[in-house]
Amino acid sequence: MSGAGEAPVVRERALELLRGMLRIRQFEDRCAQLYGEQKIRGFLHLYNGQEAVATGVMECLGPEDSIVATYREHGHAIARGIPMTTLMAEMYGKREGVSRGRGGSMHLFDAATRFYGGNAIVAGGLPMAVGLALANRLARRSGIAVCFFGEGAAAEGEFHESLNLAALWHLPVLFVCENNLYAMGTALARSQATTDIAVRARTYTLEAQAVDGMDVLAVAAATRRAVASLRAGGGPVLLECRTYRFRAHSMFDAQLYREREEVEAWRERGPLISFTRRIKAAGLITEDDFQRLQAEAEAEVDAAVVFAESGEWEPVEDLGRFVYAETGA
Amino acid sequence: MSEARTTTTYREALREALRAALRADERVFLMGEDVGRYGGSFAVSKGLLAEFGEERVRDTPLSESAFVGAGIGAALGGLRPIVEIMTCNFSLLALDQILNNAATLCHMSGGQFPVPLVIRMSTGAGRQLAAQHSHSFEGWYAHIPGLRILAPATLADARGMLGSALHCPDPVLIFEHIALLTLEGELAAEAGDVDIRHAAVRRTGRDITVVTYGASLHKCLEAASELGREGIELEVIDLRTLRPLDDETIMGSVRRTHRLLVVDEGWRSGSLAAEVGMRAVEQAFFELDAPIARVCTEEVPVPYPRHLEDAALPSVARIAAEARRLVSRVP
Ligand SMILES: Cc1ncc(C[n+]2csc(CCOP(=O)(O)OP(=O)(O)O)c2C)c(N)n1
Repeated sequence: MSGAGEAPVVRERALELLRGMLRIRQFEDRCAQLYGEQKIRGFLHLYNGQEAVATGVMECLGPEDSIVATYREHGHAIARGIPMTTLMAEMYGKREGVSRGRGGSMHLFDAATRFYGGNAIVAGGLPMAVGLALANRLARRSGIAVCFFGEGAAAEGEFHESLNLAALWHLPVLFVCENNLYAMGTALARSQATTDIAVRARTYTLEAQAVDGMDVLAVAAATRRAVASLRAGGGPVLLECRTYRFRAHSMFDAQLYREREEVEAWRERGPLISFTRRIKAAGLITEDDFQRLQAEAEAEVDAAVVFAESGEWEPVEDLGRFVYAETGA
Repeated sequence: MSEARTTTTYREALREALRAALRADERVFLMGEDVGRYGGSFAVSKGLLAEFGEERVRDTPLSESAFVGAGIGAALGGLRPIVEIMTCNFSLLALDQILNNAATLCHMSGGQFPVPLVIRMSTGAGRQLAAQHSHSFEGWYAHIPGLRILAPATLADARGMLGSALHCPDPVLIFEHIALLTLEGELAAEAGDVDIRHAAVRRTGRDITVVTYGASLHKCLEAASELGREGIELEVIDLRTLRPLDDETIMGSVRRTHRLLVVDEGWRSGSLAAEVGMRAVEQAFFELDAPIARVCTEEVPVPYPRHLEDAALPSVARIAAEARRLVSRVP
């Protein structure tokens, strides 16, 4: 199983990709449950259905690359290799969390993996990604900047300004638009005159391509090509990953804007189902393998919950910390 | 004469105000993100699309600057737009349009182009939404000449301020606090437009004037009840209109109580509380028996965990403590 110039799909890789997506799915399902138990509060945006995008993209990145994501970023944080324990502690708001509990679900940050958040303002991350890429270029570093955002963001000025700037300055940015068709309750076709995001990117001279975002291998293949081009000094690239979110926009959403049948149809071709089916058919993994991975992911989430539960609250006296840098002042 | 009253919520009162405005004037329309099919991110405009249709209840793309600017243009073109910005946090993306166009056009054009635009947005913290979703920008906007800033804290104002704003020839920003949406109470069935020029004394008392607005009003009233049992009487003023400020009502009260406490969900430095306090110094300095005090939000981006968010925001306990401290000072 492999296409021209793509990384071959051997058993090890198949297991790794499946493991990656299963870990995200299990984490998200547990978050939903914990929200019901009021352990997680505030806004919670889950990634179910879109796992192939974060998993496929991250597979192709190195530690030198920088990531910018949105408020729907648990999957990206997990795929980037941030431990689930500290992520779950952040969901709880505990001081052991990646952001010391101050950010919560929408604001996961991790300097060690160059994970620059967790931004809750739609399109707010795009300009930052341009700057991270500029820093890499000026410092002659090989790292690229990767920015994830939804198709809703493509209506914001910051999308257009960032694409133009990245193209004008020929910067190593990979823009990953996760087109899940809805921005909250607003369907893409109801809100944007051009629904083809890649076409819009091309008008700013970016290399742009639409990809099946439900297919982890397709996402990885497109990303690998893009990363190679960016590392070789090429200008910015945009991937429009066509995907779907299975759950509500957030935990406050009656989903009056879409039909149940539509959701069911997309679930049928979900990233986990389709990939599992495919690699099983190719004889790369067995049902036992699947069950084992599933059990491992579940155990990992269990351990993360135990870690979060036993974490501590940041002392109230520390409320005012980190408003300004505590180093070098 | 008995007035018919109905039980309602702040959210329903806001919706009723929208409905009444859309019914009353053909020129009125509502636009914003998810105001139509989704029913509004806080369900305020639920049902209005079905009742008034897509022409007049318009879903917009995520383009705050464009649709606020378009609201300004539509107002110049003779319509009476109501623009909803989901939350004040996102109004920053439209700040240029609000400040450089809406607030200045009338003056810059020598009075030729007033902008009769209403912008509604939710504001405030308290739901553990973390820094980027917990801002209170009404004090900031109250810094800007040319804008009128309203903060409904009661059902009557939630129901009445919109209609009054639409009758105003100037850009009016209405800040609806998210913590008040579920506020429940009785409202006159006939409730409609309200005065948007004056502050209101929500509780009379002889010892301390407490000036506040929005969701903080309810914290102040709670503190006032608590202190009332200790024999300390707070006079609680709801500013209602944050710009222009109603100095007369504030100073009138300060002249009676000789003490002033200002409670504001904005950050302390450069806050609306600072403005109210300074006006008291300018206009009623010799009436004061004690230094002016403030309870504001701590100067941190509002953190996610409950205990830290609570510690950051004005609380009944902090308000009561400040009030006790104020009366314990002997002039
Ligand atoms: C500037 C701004 N406007 C509005 C919002 C409220 N909001 C949060 S998520 C969202 C929908 C965004 O949709 P999309 O970009 O497609 O991403 P998705 O949620 O589908 O992942 C909206 C309107 C916001 N957070 N920021």
